[in-house]
Amino acid sequence: MKVRAQIGMVLNLDKCIGCHTCSVTCKNVWTSRDGVEYAWFNNVETKPGTGYPTDWENQARWNGGWERTRSGKLQPKQGGKWRILANIFANPDLPEIDDYYEPFDFDYDHLKSAPEMKAFPTARPRSKITGERIEKIEKGPNWEEILGGEFSKRSADYNFEGIQKEIYGEYENTFMMYLPRLCEHCLNPACVASCPSGAIYKREEDGIVLIDQEKCRGWRMCVSGCPYKKVYYNWSTGKSEKCTLCYPRIESGNPTVCSETCVGRIRYLGVMLYDADKIDQAAGAAETTDLYDAQLGVFLDPNDPAVIKAAQEQGIPQDWLKAAQESPIWKMAMDWKVAFPLHPEYRTLPMVWYIPPLSPIQNAAEAGAIGVDGAMPDVRNLRIPLKYLANMLTAGDEAPVATALERMLAMRAYMRAKTVDGVIDEGLATRVGLSGRMIEDMYKIMALADYEDRFVIPTTHREQVEEAYDLRGGCGFTDGNGCSTGVSKGSLFGGSKKPLKMPSEVM
Amino acid sequence: MHNFLFGIYPYIALSVLLIGSIARYERDPFTWKSSSSQLLRRKQLVIGSVLFHVGVLVIFFGHLVGLLTPIWVFDAIGISHGAKQLLAVIAGGIAGIMALIGGGMLLQRRLNDPRIRQTSSFADIAILVLLIAQLLLGVGTIFVSLQHLDGHEMTKFMSWAQGIFTFQSDAADHIADVALLFKLHLFLGLTIFLVFPFTRLVHMLSVPLRYFTRPGYQIVRSRRNGPAE
Repeated sequence: MKVRAQIGMVLNLDKCIGCHTCSVTCKNVWTSRDGVEYAWFNNVETKPGTGYPTDWENQARWNGGWERTRSGKLQPKQGGKWRILANIFANPDLPEIDDYYEPFDFDYDHLKSAPEMKAFPTARPRSKITGERIEKIEKGPNWEEILGGEFSKRSADYNFEGIQKEIYGEYENTFMMYLPRLCEHCLNPACVASCPSGAIYKREEDGIVLIDQEKCRGWRMCVSGCPYKKVYYNWSTGKSEKCTLCYPRIESGNPTVCSETCVGRIRYLGVMLYDADKIDQAAGAAETTDLYDAQLGVFLDPNDPAVIKAAQEQGIPQDWLKAAQESPIWKMAMDWKVAFPLHPEYRTLPMVWYIPPLSPIQNAAEAGAIGVDGAMPDVRNLRIPLKYLANMLTAGDEAPVATALERMLAMRAYMRAKTVDGVIDEGLATRVGLSGRMIEDMYKIMALADYEDRFVIPTTHREQVEEAYDLRGGCGFTDGNGCSTGVSKGSLFGGSKKPLKMPSEVM
Repeated sequence: MHNFLFGIYPYIALSVLLIGSIARYERDPFTWKSSSSQLLRRKQLVIGSVLFHVGVLVIFFGHLVGLLTPIWVFDAIGISHGAKQLLAVIAGGIAGIMALIGGGMLLQRRLNDPRIRQTSSFADIAILVLLIAQLLLGVGTIFVSLQHLDGHEMTKFMSWAQGIFTFQSDAADHIADVALLFKLHLFLGLTIFLVFPFTRLVHMLSVPLRYFTRPGYQIVRSRRNGPAE
């Protein structure tokens, strides 16, 4: 048992209102620079839709993630090491910027500098790459907002696999949900595996996946390797960039910018302990529908004495253990089983999980007639097809998603009975495999969602690995002028050698 | 002048190549990259880049082995100078044409595609022009070589190159009487060495061979097991 800790995230899609505050605050902090105007470390997609970049979920087209070979071995879907290196001169699976969108700005100045005219002056778009006029914007970062565009195009959505989708193009049957997306900080990251330079790595202490900007050579295999298309090539610097899970904030115990600013309070951050020795086996599960269960099997119970002992022996700090025991992620993923990984079939063991959204009963006219299973509506009659959610969250296995939705409905019914009727209906809870106490805890964390219940983030223990004294007088994250805290080796040209500890590779 | 260009200039160029590359790697690793523009425009890149790179690599290693293998080695394994010359002409010719076609496609794209043109630095365009000019000169020398297929001419270049690397002060004398086209080719080649550290060419020093030797696929970094422990 190799115990490691990971900062995981859960997004409660049932409460997402699609306001894009997460995307905008993230953009302002991280990607408002040359070369990454088109990149959104966090974006919110309206589903059903083809998403950003277009059709990203279709791995038959992009070859992202992993595949299990006939012999049962795992290798990146874009090819093994030889194949990846053979494609180094031109990567056949790399999206073009038009698959995201050509970044643009508007001639705002024209609004105030235009001469007196009969027509009101307009601010016309201009490319952020070439600076030239764009006559017609073909695509943007959120092109399908609130079901924008024709159903025939949006219905190319990969999650319609195995669904008779035509009826969902009809007005009466249409459905919609939001899907905020960011880097999954996977346990078995395909971007790390695809990087020929070894510049991408997973941090041992908190599982955050980062790109070493000084080691990145711009071979761009990570961009195609990531099935979520959450590694972006900066065309200005020639390096790849990705979501950092706001690690400077996480290290000091603060939530990521997207989580902090979420007005719907849908985001949760917490520690998950996992067994690094089980990753290969779990990611290599024979059937894609086994992958969700396999990933659950990788997580370690932070209340299990054997796990606690092993974790302590292996240097997991005490407050991280405590945080793991109080982790909202653990509760939602393991105790209540209401959160699921996004597209487990990519075999990357993602660590940003989603609670599926409830939706109105399919047909209001029939609502009285059908679909009520006891006191609760039947989740199979919800407006968003169960199969659609299952394709997104459990590789098509409907049963776990149905259970989760039933538990969420039971929570509502139980709390309604309690607060409106003043009745404790324990039967509601036991029917979905929970207890009244668990439901009240669910209600506290998922419905009330207080700040300290959503974010249980221990600080990083840098003091255990380096002398804070050596860091004093450093000038932050930049380097090059000798005051950086980011160098531990001496310089060829006489810079001072600092006794700092930079992260080094371990297996 | 001849002695400066082919006796002294090689040392200047190689020194700048070596020291410049080390300095850049040491002082500014962030700028060490391939500078791929595939994201901005895929058209013409896939075929152009593959043809160009494969062609240039064949030529590069051909020159490396052809020029720096001691002459007695060829004699010992029984490859006549004529046969070596013929091999060089054929293999180099094919690779040269490949690289020229690929390079031409890349240059056309770089100059005419507004996205690529706007995001290119002077060095990006200049090094591509230099390389294509060098390829043209190199392919042009084939026509000179065809007039003396006995390989005698080629041994002059081998003596020169090996003379440079063994610090013989009379190295330049070996090529005093070769055709002007060869001299231009040599001079431009040395100039490419000279500007190497200041262009994107440095990415060829970063061939990611370690990818094959690193265990498995995943990389985890830790502060706890740092070297200073």
